[in-house]
Amino acid sequence: MAFSFFGGIHPKENKWYAEEQKIMEFPEPDILVIPMSQHIGAPCKPLVKKNDLVKVGQKIGDNQGLCVPVHASVSGKVKAVEARAHSSGTTMMSVVIENDHQHTLCEDIKPRTQEEVDALTPEELMNIIREGGIVGMGGATFPTHVKLSSGIGKVDTIIVNAGECEPYIVSDDRICQEYPEKIISGLRVIMKIFGLNEAHIGIEDNKPTAAKILRRTIGPDGGITVDVLPAKYPQGAEKQLIYAVTGREVPSGGLPAAVGCAVFNAATCMAIHDVVYEGMPLIKRVVTVSGDITMEPKNLMVPIGTAYNDLLEAVGHSENPYKVISGGPMMGVTQYDLSVPTTKGTNAITILGHANKFSVEDSRCIRCGKCIDACPMKLMPVLMYKALYTGDVEEMKATNIMDCIECGSCAYTCPACVPLVLAFRSGKQQIRMAAAAAAKK
Amino acid sequence: MAQMKYYYELTISSSPHVHSPVTTQTIMRDVLIALAPALIGSVYFFGLRALTVTMVSAIAAFFFEKLYCYLMKQNDKTYDLSCIVTGVLLAFVCPPTIPYWMIIVGDAFAIILVKMLFGGIGKNIVNPALAGRAFMFSWPVAMSTWVKVGFENAANPLNAADAVTAATPLANMHQGLLPEASVMDAFLGNVGGCIGETSALLLLIGFAYLLYRKVITARIPLAYIGTVAVLSFLFPMGQDRITWMAYQLFTGGLMLGAIFMATDYVTSPLTKLGQTVYGIGCGVLTIMIRYFGGYNEGVSYAILIMNCCVVLLDRIGRPVKFGAPKKEAAKK
Repeated sequence: MAFSFFGGIHPKENKWYAEEQKIMEFPEPDILVIPMSQHIGAPCKPLVKKNDLVKVGQKIGDNQGLCVPVHASVSGKVKAVEARAHSSGTTMMSVVIENDHQHTLCEDIKPRTQEEVDALTPEELMNIIREGGIVGMGGATFPTHVKLSSGIGKVDTIIVNAGECEPYIVSDDRICQEYPEKIISGLRVIMKIFGLNEAHIGIEDNKPTAAKILRRTIGPDGGITVDVLPAKYPQGAEKQLIYAVTGREVPSGGLPAAVGCAVFNAATCMAIHDVVYEGMPLIKRVVTVSGDITMEPKNLMVPIGTAYNDLLEAVGHSENPYKVISGGPMMGVTQYDLSVPTTKGTNAITILGHANKFSVEDSRCIRCGKCIDACPMKLMPVLMYKALYTGDVEEMKATNIMDCIECGSCAYTCPACVPLVLAFRSGKQQIRMAAAAAAKK
Repeated sequence: MAQMKYYYELTISSSPHVHSPVTTQTIMRDVLIALAPALIGSVYFFGLRALTVTMVSAIAAFFFEKLYCYLMKQNDKTYDLSCIVTGVLLAFVCPPTIPYWMIIVGDAFAIILVKMLFGGIGKNIVNPALAGRAFMFSWPVAMSTWVKVGFENAANPLNAADAVTAATPLANMHQGLLPEASVMDAFLGNVGGCIGETSALLLLIGFAYLLYRKVITARIPLAYIGTVAVLSFLFPMGQDRITWMAYQLFTGGLMLGAIFMATDYVTSPLTKLGQTVYGIGCGVLTIMIRYFGGYNEGVSYAILIMNCCVVLLDRIGRPVKFGAPKKEAAKK
């Protein structure tokens, strides 16, 4: 049973660039920069100093509160602990490691057998997941152990997000094809924590091979259903995916747990398997490096902390890039400094050429209403944009700007090329600032 | 800072970084393509002058927008072709015998007063072409001199004075009479009237193209034409309901208005319900004016009046946002 969410768009998928490329191990670079904040929440405090020796998988940063630790992706010497450029556009306290290429494993890393895993309680499993530095790997990087612990008792439906609706990105598609047993095994750990026997995997119908392989891996009565959903952007957006799989609407401003759902990215499931069964914390991830000007688009297993420059070099490009995007072209963040490192949330690097230029000066809304038909949150972007121009915070709130998920469907569709998403981000910021000012009084 | 290996001129912008191939310019281009069959038809029916009037009007509209932008030091947006659409539509709602200077004045009114002074594309309240037409009724004789269709006009194509005048079907119908021309002639466009309005068939071909290209939805035209059909069927001025209804549909500016004027994005409502009410309102007003008005054609004034209601119609039928609380959803 699959529902179709309202609105949505069909951008050129462009998945063929890297679709057929098997995941390749990326050669470890000499220098790695590991940011202390690769999740939503409090940044980690560095646990190592300059000139310390670190081993693969060693914890190098941790903190209290809403936080997950970070680990060294390679062994070597700490060259510096300082603020470095980060893919979010700011700078971030980072540990810079000089790789000794010895692959010395940290002593804490021990594989567990199935019996050992079966003996673990949900609390122990969640602690392992926290210590493994697992975050939502679809891009939002919300700490997974918090999602798990806050969902116990409320969640009755687990959904694995393999939708991957962004153009160009195929990293989840590839891991579903190449490591299906890891994804299923990670998913079973989640099912055990929630005490549920059933789960769903949501995947778009443009990935038939991956869906087939997942079904074959699950077997006839595995309790896991693979839901093949129509390819439509943003099928992989959490609220839209929940609606598509269960028909439930996450209430405005609420979390998926409010309708008994918890959504985990396919890559997150794989990382959970790695930490629970192999003891290996999250130090590597699959990154699709693709784009319309790349010579050899690739899917690479990249140590976290690898500079974008190295990855760009690995695929090559036929012209000077117009934009280098962390993530996909619909929601990704453009980069200006290619020394920034890949993080836990980097599922793709998209390199676009100048043919993608579309912004216009002085864009004028022609009231065509195409944005209304495109908005998967059933908002009216045209009126939200108009309200922004009044500068009145109450008016902006009345148009539900805060419900915008910034998926970019409206701005993609807008014939006048109005920078709608940019405007709504600014609107949200104005509303938050007004709320903060009101709280001060 | 680490030494950067490469240096590129990278562009920083907010997402999304890809865009649909549809832009304002391609939409306006599609509208022009959709208008082409009717223009070709009018050259066939009225002679070459239909084409020259349309060309003059389009060029004048383009010129006035450029001039305004230059004088007011505004960004020149003429490349979006919307001014050309206005110029062509204004010519389409004028008789082929219209003096050139008159249509140029009409263009100036439509572009400068109705469109640009309100803030340019997207900001005008009423349809510029229709407002221009309404303004040109300052010269009522020139605006309601209709020529007989046929090749006698084509013989001396660019000279308006030689044209043979005739009454339009609507003028007959205004007096409660069935027109001389057959329904088939009215459908094909073999009747007197404005340059672009006579051939329902060719306008419907344009309509199909616009639907195929997803430039417009069928909602407004169907609501509009449907309302006119129902009302003229219910209240016929003659013995044969069906024939009366067919004449009401295929004569005058109904098809042109419903397909190309009422669907103008800028001056039509945003919500589906609003669009439906707008279409029905246009239909009711058209019939009212045709039946009870002093002038026999009601389409342009009906649309102009409904244009002014759009700000209210935008308030009805707004979508309920995803995940809205049950109470709020029920209230709406």
